[in-house]
Amino acid sequence: MSSSLADEKAATRQVPDRLRNPLQRFLASWELLLLGVAVAVFVLNSFASPYFLDPWNLSDATFNFTEKALIAFAMALLIISGEIDLSVASIIALASTAMGFAVQLGAETPLLIMIGLGVGLLCGAFNGALVTGLGLPSIVVTIGTMSLFRGISYIVLGDQAYTGYPSDFAFFGQGYVWWVISFEFLLFAVMAILFAILLHKTNFGRAVYVVGNNPVGALISGIRVPRVKFALFLLTGLMSGVAAICLTSRLGATRPSIAFGWELEVVTMVVLGGVNILGGSGTIPGVVIAAFVMGMVTFGFGLLNVPGIVMSIFIGLLLIGVIALPRLAGRLLAARRG
Amino acid sequence: MLANTQGIENVHPPVTQDQKPVLSLQGISKSFPGVKALSEVSLELYPGEVTALVGENGAGKSTIVKVLTGIYQPEEGEIAISGVPVTFPTAQDAGKAGVTAIHQETVLFDELSVAENIFIGHAPKTRFGLIDKKEMRQRARDLLDRIGASIDPSVLLKELGIANKHLVAIARALSIDARIVIMDEPTASLSHKEIEETYELVERLKAEGKAILFISHKFDEIFRIADRYTVFRDGQMVGAGKIRDVSEPDLVRLMVGRSVDQVFPDRKPNRGPEVLRVVGYSHPTEFEDIGFSLRKGEILGFYGLVGAGRSEFMQALFGITRPSKGAIRIDNEIAVIRSPSEAIRHGIVYVPEDRGKQGAIKGLPIFQNVSLPSLKNTSKNGFLRLAEEFRLTRDYTQRLDLRAAALDQDIGELSGGNQQKVIIAKWLATQPRVIILDEPTKGIDIGSKAAVHEFMAELAAQGLAVVMVSSEIPEVLGMSDRVIVMREGRIAAEFEGDDLTPERLVRAAAGISEVAQ
Ligand SMILES: Nc1ncnc2c1ncn2[C@@H]1O[C@H](COP(=O)(O)OP(=O)(O)OP(=O)(O)O)[C@@H](O)[C@H]1O
Ligand SMILES: [Mg+2]
Repeated sequence: MSSSLADEKAATRQVPDRLRNPLQRFLASWELLLLGVAVAVFVLNSFASPYFLDPWNLSDATFNFTEKALIAFAMALLIISGEIDLSVASIIALASTAMGFAVQLGAETPLLIMIGLGVGLLCGAFNGALVTGLGLPSIVVTIGTMSLFRGISYIVLGDQAYTGYPSDFAFFGQGYVWWVISFEFLLFAVMAILFAILLHKTNFGRAVYVVGNNPVGALISGIRVPRVKFALFLLTGLMSGVAAICLTSRLGATRPSIAFGWELEVVTMVVLGGVNILGGSGTIPGVVIAAFVMGMVTFGFGLLNVPGIVMSIFIGLLLIGVIALPRLAGRLLAARRG
Repeated sequence: MLANTQGIENVHPPVTQDQKPVLSLQGISKSFPGVKALSEVSLELYPGEVTALVGENGAGKSTIVKVLTGIYQPEEGEIAISGVPVTFPTAQDAGKAGVTAIHQETVLFDELSVAENIFIGHAPKTRFGLIDKKEMRQRARDLLDRIGASIDPSVLLKELGIANKHLVAIARALSIDARIVIMDEPTASLSHKEIEETYELVERLKAEGKAILFISHKFDEIFRIADRYTVFRDGQMVGAGKIRDVSEPDLVRLMVGRSVDQVFPDRKPNRGPEVLRVVGYSHPTEFEDIGFSLRKGEILGFYGLVGAGRSEFMQALFGITRPSKGAIRIDNEIAVIRSPSEAIRHGIVYVPEDRGKQGAIKGLPIFQNVSLPSLKNTSKNGFLRLAEEFRLTRDYTQRLDLRAAALDQDIGELSGGNQQKVIIAKWLATQPRVIILDEPTKGIDIGSKAAVHEFMAELAAQGLAVVMVSSEIPEVLGMSDRVIVMREGRIAAEFEGDDLTPERLVRAAAGISEVAQ
């Protein structure tokens, strides 16, 4: 008996590379579920309004999410790494204010772009330095800078608004590259691909996951954890700067209340996309689908004339819901097993 | 059942034949995706007796412990305590039914005090329903005294080394008044002094009439303290009986399905030029004036008691902490190591003792754990190449006989010993010049241990310099060319060749001088 077992042992101890093939993994994924939700919302919207399926209306609907999604891509990486940035909307305010200020001094579009991106980077660097340099928790740091950055805008602007942006500046938020495809939507698509490659195909992306799952283990494996985190804060700041350019261009004006409350919508988008709020897991395709879902829901509410306050209640419930859902599902499964 | 029945001992009538088991499991099954961890196993524990549970890494030992403590729910089977069927929907239910366990992977809280860790969930209360801190500290002190641990109950857990954390876990298990005590590899992170105390503890528990399940990969201790044995193989119960009816080779054969050569690899001394020299390494509290030289192809053992500062020194050498004084030379050139990434760039790598926190990146698949420090080689221009990562993982884990459902399985789902194999593979795959191994075979079964030792010997023969911290005397003696003994943060002695004997190591570690005898 024991000799036959010994033979069997030698033959069967090959560990396969993968337990499930890519199709099986896709069928069990959050992304697929979310895709189902997206289709459902799409169908509901087309019933709610006969105008929804018009290409130009669909194109308009994308503006509900493109700017937020640009930040959400970077935020996804940051949350996967175990950090968060709640100051993103305030970075938009500060960047937009800086651009508006420059316009008053006669700055042209190229300079405005540089200012928008530069302010974003500086704010990101400031957050990153506080978190990695002083070892402070990012949630505390960025709640602080959330007030700080927007506070500066209020001091500079009061109840005024900056207007008078150069006419060619309008392209970033109002221009179309081809037929109904807006510049913003193209930017969204390109960034989605770039971020997906960065997170899923590069060594840097791998480091993001490692840091989020076990920062001590990451350090011991030779990953320069503070550097990775600093880079992610920079990236989030930069993308907030990009969003500031698009939004300012679309509105054609800067008020200190610009993008107010967006940080919550961005975080909701990321978490709805399947990123674990505690860090360690999540995908860019998930965030992309979540962006569509949130954009279409907002648009649908608009079609139904639902007031804005209901929308924010909805966002709040959605955020709580998607964070609670995995836990509830786990309990239900455990109860069924027990 | 399958035990050797030809021993002379068999003429004695079994003393406990009439005894009834206090705990019995019948037909327990438990599956995970891709693996049947337990398939219709049965197990019985008797009052006042120690039952040793043996089996290879991944055989299902810890899974049965989790079934018995309400952490996992079995799909089939029955648990009975004193003949009465019971179920354990939660861990609290198991505790109430009188089952307590020291788990293999201890779950403790770094930011809480030792006393709070011991009593979390069942702290003594004052009249007003608040936690009675004084009472709690006092009881914690009593429990720690009982296991011979000199730990201050009011310090934060994170201040402790891994062995002392383990002692806290033991105290925690004993803080529950239980009839059934389960110990999942309790001696894996301890040195001989604490191990002796653990044995004494087991004897005392036995005398108190408790039924003990003792899981271990160390056969000397199984034969020393166990009364009965049960063997698992691939999730099945393949044998059970009285320890005195079985021999060690029989037990090994039952467990592995073949006999295992338990001799250490025959190594020819092949020392090349010096690769690493450490001079006067010191730390404000942990170690003082450590210096040695290491040559290519050499295996240098580090022995000492818990708290001797071996791991702390290794962590400084690898750049995790900073020494207050001291210098190192690599290939005769002064080198400064301020972080693990700098150490790795110098070709020095470290297999940490703390598998759960420092070793495994739980939440990530096996192959990503293995390839992590080698990404520079598996990737191209900063882009991942998964096929290369899988190839590397296959190459190194096969040598160590890894048991897993698939290489893309989360490392956190592996059995303790298999996690350790992945971590060894991870660091060997970097093809280092110097490898520091801190308790490298902790939790690894007897067959795989031989594979690890062979691999180490082979790489040393190819020129790898090895620093091996180990509390297992046979391993230290069997593998090392030279052994440094540390005591209270200093080098106490150095042995080589014929001077290398178990007695000398133990004496030097305990600070008993040779002349005194
Ligand atoms: N949560 C889990 N998910 C998936 N598989 C699991 C899980 N827990 C255990 N397993 C699998 O069940 C099997 C038994 O694991 P178990 O931890 O019981 O082994 P063990 O006998 O304790 O081994 P070791 O000596 O290494 O500690 C292994 O193949 C392991 O990979
Ligand atoms: Mg185990």
